Amino acid sequence: MKHILMMNIPKAGYGVFGAWSPNDIAANLAFMKNLNKALGDSGEFVGAEGLAMPDQAQIVRAGKDGVPVTDGVFPESKEFLAGYLIVDVESSKRADEVAAIWSSAPGPGGLPLNMPIEVRQVMTGGAGELP
Amino acid sequence: MKGTLPDAETEHLLRELAPQVLGAVVRRFRDFAAAEDAVQEAMLAAFTQWPKQGVPQNPRGWLIQVASRRMTDQVRSEIARRERETAVVRDAETIVLADEIEPGMDMDPNDTLILLFMCCHPALTSSSTIALTLRAVGGLTTAEIANAFLVPEATMAQRISRAKQSIKASGVPFSLLAPGERAERLPAVLHVLYLIFNEGYASSIGAHLQRLDLAREAIRLTRCVKNLLPDDAEVSGLLALMLLTDARRAARTGPGEELIPLDKQDRSLWDCTQISEGTELLDTALSKGSVGLYQLQAAIAAVHDEAARAEDTDWPQILALYELLKRVSPGPMVTLNHAIATAMVHGPSKGLELLKPLDGDNRLVEHHRLNAVRAHLLEMLGDHETAVRHYRIAASRTTSIPEQNYLMAHAARLEESHNCPEEKTTTP
Repeated sequence: MKHILMMNIPKAGYGVFGAWSPNDIAANLAFMKNLNKALGDSGEFVGAEGLAMPDQAQIVRAGKDGVPVTDGVFPESKEFLAGYLIVDVESSKRADEVAAIWSSAPGPGGLPLNMPIEVRQVMTGGAGELP
Repeated sequence: MKGTLPDAETEHLLRELAPQVLGAVVRRFRDFAAAEDAVQEAMLAAFTQWPKQGVPQNPRGWLIQVASRRMTDQVRSEIARRERETAVVRDAETIVLADEIEPGMDMDPNDTLILLFMCCHPALTSSSTIALTLRAVGGLTTAEIANAFLVPEATMAQRISRAKQSIKASGVPFSLLAPGERAERLPAVLHVLYLIFNEGYASSIGAHLQRLDLAREAIRLTRCVKNLLPDDAEVSGLLALMLLTDARRAARTGPGEELIPLDKQDRSLWDCTQISEGTELLDTALSKGSVGLYQLQAAIAAVHDEAARAEDTDWPQILALYELLKRVSPGPMVTLNHAIATAMVHGPSKGLELLKPLDGDNRLVEHHRLNAVRAHLLEMLGDHETAVRHYRIAASRTTSIPEQNYLMAHAARLEESHNCPEEKTTTP
């Protein structure tokens, strides 16, 4: 069963990340690289992406005749999707375990960040027999 | 003499040969994990060469030779590496030259069976077992398996490699199990084949044509097991179940790929050839006396398939079969289907009563199917308002998109006909 794990970061968190020491940033990146590799080795990795900073984000909707109308990020948004990981695992419990590992990624001083990770099951395109 | 084959035929031939070749190579080199990789490479080589250069006169021998050469190269480089590192004495005996391998060397028809039992090892998770079985016994490439499960090829390769390591660590020898042990492990093998079939059958909805047909693959493998164990009634029962279910495939979706329930299907689209083969297999299996889980499910599928119209379905017989199934293999899903059959014979209230104990069942409490069945029975009862509510809970709980679409559309139609009963006749 596939699950998507999403890391949401408070708007303020982005500025703070830039202020980390080079060692802390390197340790965090190394952690992510290792996590992805470990999931590949265990045969569970499906995909992972990190997203660009939210200050470059656009809110887009269809205007007249479907022409895209863009707007800046909503000022009221408190959290932004920083990145996601998709895993194919045996159980929801295992997806939670992977989320907990990701959540423990190191921050300043090497301490775990314990970031909240949103875990959602990915729907399938298949279906069994109907009742 | 060499002939040329189109790709599909080459593929079919290669898949048939895969377990035989692997068996021969494992017996010679006594290393399942490495032999499996070598056979995969030989298969890939054949797949690119045969369509261009023609199929060799002895295709099996060709594959064994190519795989053995890979194994020999590997052993040589392993020895070279060890010599570089520790200057160990050359272990010349482990080298088997490819030239020594006779193309027509003995063939053991049991190899497929040995491999199946090996792949369906109890130490493995079901996803690893399925992947390994499809590669080692089914002769599929890692890319094809990865594509069927929509995961990256590298991930699937790792899953297979880890599965092989677990088997290696468990130290199972490459030999046929004793009859007693085989009987004990056979249900696990049949369950894996059943899972492969179900995966294929479920994903046949909206699946891209390029995706491998796992249901057909499961039928092919089960047919192969049936030929090796012709007297096992459950193997025949499983093959019958697959054929009798797969026969309805074309009718289970509409033009927009929407799901169509059994009672609304256009039965002229059912595959009569598969139905008659399944029925025949089942009759022979049932005459053997020991009735099991797959024979009973096949018998239920057969009763559905025999009815020319939904209203001709012999529900009392289906109910009797579910009662037997409840005894042979009890479980919440069987209880659900038993409740439906009860409702069809004794009325929806009786069916709803049977659902009550499931409310406390942890295995099912979050499962959308309980809500879907309850909704269905409430609809039969005429309590459309509560039925709509349960259809919507089911829709919010399912993880299948086609099922969700069906449940939501059904709830909407029911609500509409409930609110405007005068239009009921025009609403499908």
